[in-house]
Formats: sequence, structure tokens, C-alpha cells
Amino acid sequence: MEHGAVIKHDLKKGPKTGAWRYMHPEVDKSKCIGCSTCVPFCPEASIEMKDKKAEIDYDYCKGCGVCAEVCPVKAILMKKK
Amino acid sequence: MNEQLAKNFAPGHSACAGCAFPAIVRAVLGEVADGTEIVVANATGCLEVTSTLYPYTAWKIPWIHNAFENAAATLSGVEKAYEILKRKKKLPGGDKKIKFVAFGGDGGTYDIGLQSLSGALERGHNFLYVLYDNEGYMNTGNQRSSATPFGAATETTPTGKVSFGKTEVRKNLMDIVAAHHIPYVAQANVAFMADLKRKAKKALSIDGPTFLSVFSPCTNNWKFPTSQYVNIAKLATETNFWPLYEIENGKYKINWATEKPKSLTDFLKTQGRFKHLFSEKNKDVIEEMQKITDDEWKRLVGLVE
Repeated sequence: MEHGAVIKHDLKKGPKTGAWRYMHPEVDKSKCIGCSTCVPFCPEASIEMKDKKAEIDYDYCKGCGVCAEVCPVKAILMKKK
Repeated sequence: MNEQLAKNFAPGHSACAGCAFPAIVRAVLGEVADGTEIVVANATGCLEVTSTLYPYTAWKIPWIHNAFENAAATLSGVEKAYEILKRKKKLPGGDKKIKFVAFGGDGGTYDIGLQSLSGALERGHNFLYVLYDNEGYMNTGNQRSSATPFGAATETTPTGKVSFGKTEVRKNLMDIVAAHHIPYVAQANVAFMADLKRKAKKALSIDGPTFLSVFSPCTNNWKFPTSQYVNIAKLATETNFWPLYEIENGKYKINWATEKPKSLTDFLKTQGRFKHLFSEKNKDVIEEMQKITDDEWKRLVGLVE
């Protein structure tokens, strides 16, 4: 059997989409209540809960601002670099 | 990167900032039980194009793309081939539990892929079809599809002195799919994450064809800021524009309702594609849209026993 083009997932070959960012989200750790509402809505899966606080992976964050928008306590703010 | 969330669908894809479908894909596939493998077929569309830019693929699971119109037909072939190899005990890795999931946009589901979807549903293949509905051909620059709502401006239904956008009412795909007598059909919304996950879990637990229609706002062509997809999706349900309901073995059930739905204008004014409706001359178009929404809701309520 002849195989077609099979491409294996390799993150290293993927673009670091953090370069797209115009505004970047900043988590105010003192305000974050650890509810993880923002986590599933991030299109890049770049929010992780560490010690019950949201932490953002800036390698892939495109800076869309959805996390800041859904945060119930406004602990995430969008800032210009 | 959130490893748990990205276990099937990784970042590095090139979907627009603030796109809704990565959340849908992760929520649906996240409900597949541990130890069960997943095979995905994808119709042509934003999801297919942005997730597999050569030489990178964002998919960590087996994924197949064939053509625009045949995601359901392709997956039914994959599913049947697997069943037969399993029966003949010819599987190289022994038999595994596999869930077959197809993803398609509204172009690949409502219009171009409808006949292959219909065929696969009728043949009763064991798969879940997930439609992410962004109400138009967004990948090619916002042309109308039969999912585009009445009154929306698109590239092929532009607004002008005479035209107010699309003049036809969107097709009711849910009833078309339910008419195949399949066990489970549900309409969900990306903003109602718990409801979406519950429906995905239920659909995946059923043997036989199941269908999920998920609302997926498009930041680029609905023309709203990238941060707004959750808010807009929420408004769509709160105004009864996108009711959440499920049809289980022919029985309708509404999953979210309110005594006082918001006015449809609350939803319309958030998006540039409806901007033209807020002029003096298009006042009656908004009234017509409100009427279409109300009538559809009443029809739906009437279907619940």
C-alpha cells in the first residue's frame, strides 16, 4: 500500500503565534480568584492554572483579549508593550 | 501552554486571534473518555485550513481531510473499514476503542456537504458530526451560505440603496438532521461551555450517528473586536436568536430559557455585518428579524411536549 502524505504533529515546526500580538494580557495575581473561567475560552490554550492563579504562555498568546473580557473579577488587563 | 487542554488540538494554528472554534474543538474532544482514541475528519473550511499549514499540523490525533463536500462520507468509510478489519481480526495494533468525529463549518455542512452528511446519517454510521456555525463562507472572505441570517451583509449580499443584505431566512438544519431519525441532535453555543460539554459527552456516549450544531462567532467577518466572541455568543442565546435545545429520539427539549429574552437589537448592534440595519430606512428589517426570531422560538416551544 502506498501511503499519502502523513504529517506528524511537531510543535517545533509550528509558528510561535505570540508574534501576532499587539496588546498583551497581564494577570494581576492579587486579584485572580482562580476560578479558571478564562482557561477553556482561550483559542490558543495558553492559559494554565499555577498555584490557583492564571498564567499565560506568551509564546502562543495572540493577544485577542478574550480572557480579559470573560474574567469575572477583571484580574486580566490588556496592555500595550 | 495548557497541556491538558491542548492534548488533541495544539496551539500554533493560524486561526484569527479571538476565533471561537478552537474552544469548540477542545471542549468536544475533551469529553472523549481517557483510553479511547479519536479519529477526526474535517471538511474544508477555516478549521481545516488554519490547523494544517504545511509542514505543521496542530492535530495530535489522526486527522483526515478529503474535500469540501465529503467529510461525513470520508469518515463513514473510515469507520466502516475499521469495523470490518476489527471483525476479521486484521487490525495491526489489536482492537482499540475509537471515536469518530467529523468537524465541518456551515458551508461544508448546510450547503456543500449536506448530501454526504445525509447519506452518512441515513446509513447509521457510528460517528459524531460537529458543525461550527459561523454563518457564512468566512474562509474565503464572507460569502453568504444558507446559514447566514436574514438581513446580514456579506460579500455576495451587499447592502446599498435598495438591498438590505440577505433576503432569505436561514435554513433549519436541525430539523433536517433530526428527520433522519438519528438518536441525538443538539444545538449548543460556545459561550455556554458546561452545556456544550454535557451535550458532547452525551453524543459521544451514543452508538450511532449524532449531531452537534455549535454557534461560533467570527471576529473577522461579523466585524467585532477580537475580544468579544464569548459575549456575542452569549447574547445570541439570551435574545433567543440561537436557542439551546436537543432532540433525543425525536423528543425536543429546550436547555436554556428566560422569562424576558433580550431584544434582538442588543445582539445585532454588536456586529458590523448588521450595522446598515440601524438606519431609518431599514427599521422594518429589524422588526422582521425580531419577528422571525420570536416565531422560531414559539415554534420550538410548541414542539416540546
